[in-house]
Amino acid sequence: MSAETRTGAQIIWESLVREGVDVVFGYPGGAILPAYDAMLDFPIRHVLVRHEQGATHMADGYARATGKVGVAIATSGPGATNMVTGIATAMMDSSPVVCITGQVGSGVIGSDAFQEIDITGITLPITKHNYLVTHPSEVAPAIREAFAIAGSGRPGPVLIDITKDAQMGRCEFDWDAAKPDLEALVRPGHSGGADPLALVRAAERPLILAGHGIILSGAGVELRAFAETTQIPIAMTLLGIGGFPASHPLNLGMMGMHGEAWVNTAIQEADLLIALGMRFDDRVTGNLKTYAPSAKKIHVDIDPAEFNKNVRVDSAVSGDVKAVLGEWLGQVQGVARRPWLDYIARLKGDSPVCDIQNLPDDGHLYAAHVVNDLWRITKGSALVVTDVGQHQMWEAQYYHHETPRSLITSGGLGTMGFALPAAIGAKIGRPDAEVWAVVGDGGFQMTMSELATMAQEELDVKVAVVNNGYLGMVRQWQEFFYQRRYAATPISGPDFAKLAQSFGLWGGTVFARAQVESTIAEARRQRGAVIDFRVEQEDSVFPMVPAGEDLHKMIRRPSRIVETAED
Amino acid sequence: MQTFSVWVDDKPGVLNRVSSLFRRRGYNIESLTVGHTDTEGLSRMTIVVDTDERGGRLVEANLYKLIPVRRVENITLVPQIARDLAMIKVTATHETRAQVMVLAEVYRTRIVDVSADALVVEVTGTEDKIESLLDMLRPFGVIEMVRTGQVVMKRGSAKPTREERRRIAATAAGAGTPTDLSV
Repeated sequence: MSAETRTGAQIIWESLVREGVDVVFGYPGGAILPAYDAMLDFPIRHVLVRHEQGATHMADGYARATGKVGVAIATSGPGATNMVTGIATAMMDSSPVVCITGQVGSGVIGSDAFQEIDITGITLPITKHNYLVTHPSEVAPAIREAFAIAGSGRPGPVLIDITKDAQMGRCEFDWDAAKPDLEALVRPGHSGGADPLALVRAAERPLILAGHGIILSGAGVELRAFAETTQIPIAMTLLGIGGFPASHPLNLGMMGMHGEAWVNTAIQEADLLIALGMRFDDRVTGNLKTYAPSAKKIHVDIDPAEFNKNVRVDSAVSGDVKAVLGEWLGQVQGVARRPWLDYIARLKGDSPVCDIQNLPDDGHLYAAHVVNDLWRITKGSALVVTDVGQHQMWEAQYYHHETPRSLITSGGLGTMGFALPAAIGAKIGRPDAEVWAVVGDGGFQMTMSELATMAQEELDVKVAVVNNGYLGMVRQWQEFFYQRRYAATPISGPDFAKLAQSFGLWGGTVFARAQVESTIAEARRQRGAVIDFRVEQEDSVFPMVPAGEDLHKMIRRPSRIVETAED
Repeated sequence: MQTFSVWVDDKPGVLNRVSSLFRRRGYNIESLTVGHTDTEGLSRMTIVVDTDERGGRLVEANLYKLIPVRRVENITLVPQIARDLAMIKVTATHETRAQVMVLAEVYRTRIVDVSADALVVEVTGTEDKIESLLDMLRPFGVIEMVRTGQVVMKRGSAKPTREERRRIAATAAGAGTPTDLSV
């Protein structure tokens, strides 16, 4: 132990560096100034964001792209409250993020001092844990424990609020003594019910539901081996996409509200569902009363609080899905499952969804074509970050992901404005990846100020704006369920190409399908680019299970795309 | 009703984390008590929640997600001693005082304050006993009442051993072993 004392501010950075952090996303301000001053003496890359929400999404995107803990930093008061949406996004999607906020001096806490806000109180339900640190000696233990909590078990965000006096005060720095009690963080499992492998052996029409847990635990190899041995087809949740190769014959595609029709039909007709690292969100189950009525259910999850929360299961196995699958692998035999797989293949064969890729160029620009062309041109190897809405669902349907962490999207919270900052974080985490942010014109306008961050950091992120002049998904609901009364969904915007140019980025506009390929090719040659795709305005995402409706009662794509009023 | 014994770190804000969890997940707390244990730095809560067995399992699993929660036991179905303490201020005039005191005697309570026209009865026991006494006192005029809420402890061998207490204090006891609530 060194007898040398350091300030709390120095200990923040020393601790972060020792945790392996080399980049943080942040915005300075009064209560965090001591920390910012100390930062200059440490090997840390600081990415100056344009809004603290962007910092949290960047840390989140960084975490999802790399599997490491992302770090965001902000000042007290508004700096901290601006982080709330990003923290909640990370919480809902189990993303490991550590947020550090400055706080007013401990002596004035509770006095409504300038830029004082109770951020630990505010973030209590949207963090795995949070800390109010009022003494420099508490800094290192809080940071060490925060990293352990954020990255372990079911990952999630942790916030550390550090008072200004705790940053300025001095104490001895003892890294070893700051080691958290890791044993105390281990929580009891909660397995129970029927023997899962007996259910697997008895099943004739089994289906695996693969979720985010596959990616978080790195269980791709085990999942593939288990599925191939048992010949059980796999349906993906939105956040599970990439966890199993799209091109694999056993991968059926996405389930749920905008899942493939054959996937939802298969779920409803299955006699066994094996849910791996997914949580039966209402967007994947539809009406719970009629969900998979003849299926036994096995639920494997690291978080026992998910068992029997939404869907009653017959067998609950708590644990890391990689470890559980590894254990199962030695206990299952190869099976032929032709009748069930052939049946699903027939369902797939007559689906009109397949047709859209083969539609002739009739002069209209369809978002599905844009996404599918992007997939083809990038050879499916891009790291795609999407925003929330129609384009997100088209991306999930028409960009086929082969590898884990190649699709990053806000699933649980559905946070518009997520994509651009998350893509920036992803690019910083994986500089060699070709990173595309696929956004709608609505969500993009929420956080497009981060283009300035992208330009300042000289980052090569491409942005594809699927621009239909509407808040498209809300418009679609209005069309289907509110008699086409478009309340507040028509939205204007800037000329996105000129906007990009004003930030020193390359910008292009696409009006027709014939321009798609050449414009994407040009954008790929540029460092930092925005393409404004002026797509069909009133196109909808199909199939669609209306909220709360039975999963098999899908609204199917009309055989011919309905042309819009303006044509 | 589901009853839990919960061991938590004795730190500021822990009660808020626990109660916020119940609020957030929509569970109604019937009774919540908290106090020190015989181990320094550790508090013990007794929480009675208005839910069924399935809800009880979710409550337990969610409590374990709170970092300062060290151990959770669902003791709904195990042999237990449950106690509640109430102080009841009841009107007792010159004419009725004797009757009130007889009732207090029958219920083995203590009279802890006497004034010209009122008595304060301190009663300890199960909720049923307190409810029953309250019913008997109402006709005399209950002026006010305060109750602690339930404290509950498992009977007999369920008492944690010294080793168990050490483990509870040091770690999340029972880590790695499934908690079986089907007793």
